[in-house]
Amino acid sequence: MNKTQNNKAWWLVVPVLILVAFNAFIPLMTVVNYAFQETFGDNVFFWEGTTWFEQVLRSGRFHDALIRQFLFTGMILAIEVPLGVGVALTMPRKGPWVSVCLVLMALPLLIPWNVVGAMWNIFALPDIGLLGYTLNSIGIDYNFTRQPFAAWMTTVVMDVWHWTSLIVLLCYAGLSSIPDDYYQAAHIDGASRWAIFRYIQLPKMKRVLTIAILLRFMDSFMIYTEPFVLTGGGPGNTTTFLSIDLVKIALGQFDLGPAAAMSLIYFLMVLLTCWAFYTIMMRNEEQ
Amino acid sequence: MTTTRRWLVPTLYILFLMLPIYGLLSMSFKSTNEILGGFSLFPQDFTLENYKVIFTDPTWYNGYLNSILYVVINTLLSVTVALPAAYAFSRYRFLGDKHLFFWLLTNRMAPPAVFALPFFQLYSAIGLFDTHIAVAIAHCLFNIPLAVWILEGFMSGIPKELDETAYLDGYSFWRFFIRIFIPTIAAGIGVAMFFCFMYSWVELLLAKTLTSVEAKPIAATMTRTASSSGYELGLLAAAGSLTIIPGAIVIYFVRNYIAKGFALGRV
Repeated sequence: MNKTQNNKAWWLVVPVLILVAFNAFIPLMTVVNYAFQETFGDNVFFWEGTTWFEQVLRSGRFHDALIRQFLFTGMILAIEVPLGVGVALTMPRKGPWVSVCLVLMALPLLIPWNVVGAMWNIFALPDIGLLGYTLNSIGIDYNFTRQPFAAWMTTVVMDVWHWTSLIVLLCYAGLSSIPDDYYQAAHIDGASRWAIFRYIQLPKMKRVLTIAILLRFMDSFMIYTEPFVLTGGGPGNTTTFLSIDLVKIALGQFDLGPAAAMSLIYFLMVLLTCWAFYTIMMRNEEQ
Repeated sequence: MTTTRRWLVPTLYILFLMLPIYGLLSMSFKSTNEILGGFSLFPQDFTLENYKVIFTDPTWYNGYLNSILYVVINTLLSVTVALPAAYAFSRYRFLGDKHLFFWLLTNRMAPPAVFALPFFQLYSAIGLFDTHIAVAIAHCLFNIPLAVWILEGFMSGIPKELDETAYLDGYSFWRFFIRIFIPTIAAGIGVAMFFCFMYSWVELLLAKTLTSVEAKPIAATMTRTASSSGYELGLLAAAGSLTIIPGAIVIYFVRNYIAKGFALGRV
């Protein structure tokens, strides 16, 4: 759409600006304050320069949490994207079942995040949960509170359960924008199932799929509540991702300096991904 | 793929989605003794005791009321201020518009964990700690950007001729906006409200940080119960099952727009 130049439009944005800035600027400045200074309470601050940043960037704990975070994000993307595309491709396109599928699939997306954690905790309990009991009774020794591998797998499967539907819904929206004529033409030409996917369906899904992947990347990068409720970051530190570690340092140990420095580094990484997201999305829109 | 077995994949997927929900529901109808006694697929002695506790104990049902109250305030606030802003973004070019739009997005993507402590200090300092307003305003951090993006997506689909005709007919901006434009994008407003409602409903970290007693959300009540008063799994399961209901009800109305909302209005 061709837009008119009009700087008075700023007035329409002012309320949004005030509310969001109140929530974003002041807390961010507090974080910056803590990141460069040392405090012993009473609002007395000493300048520390970049000490906290060096400490965080060198600490093995931060590296471990970061590695775990990337590993987790990589794993869930590797499972959720193919699964989501697969389900979207096989979903019915017309008829009463469409609504049923959409509503049931969207259900996990609307459950409070800590309830998701609690639900999976109950589901996976080794002796009384449906999943844990079944696994153990078919001879697999499974206990997610004690075995790091089991804890990891449970967390990953939980995220797949929680968020794959997002990818399904977005891909489905892309697929339903394909006119029937395309399929008919492909049918007349004798195109194979793969050719239809490669040359008709994939190009139509490309845009929404990009959005889906970037959203999943960013949201999984700040995952906190679900694994915190499910495993509490344990056993040991094996499922302690960036956000969990950050909250442990800030609110658990009250190490405000390192926590603030870590927040800023974390925030910078998110900002970078966000910028990539924005650029890709805007380029898509111009086409 | 043969058409006869197509339905198998979505069916298996939905089955996978329903299993943990079934586990939760089935546990909510069991007594504590039965739960700890061992695994059973169906409740052996079916009881509504857990639900009765939630509906009669004020610490439980107040949790629901608190959550619903701040979620509703937040939804109304977010969509009201987002409407004019989204209109500005969809119709005009102005100084710094693209940067502003991007900055809004960064707030939707910011990890709440980064903001937990500063939020606590900020809202304590202005005396709003442990109020519904505090949570409602704090959730604006991600819900206003979300609403602006979704509404902008819907508004861009409406031809500009509508605005121009109205102005030619002598409508003032606000009269046009309220009398003509808002009814035209009613569907978009519904979707934006749904998503604000949803994201405020599912978020817990900030809601928990900003409240202690008076405005404690149901989700936080659950966390406390899980740890302090022993292991009352049946109660926990019943409370969890009840939190699924609001989403399940409203989802039906927006099922055809839900993808658009998750894609921030960009499908």
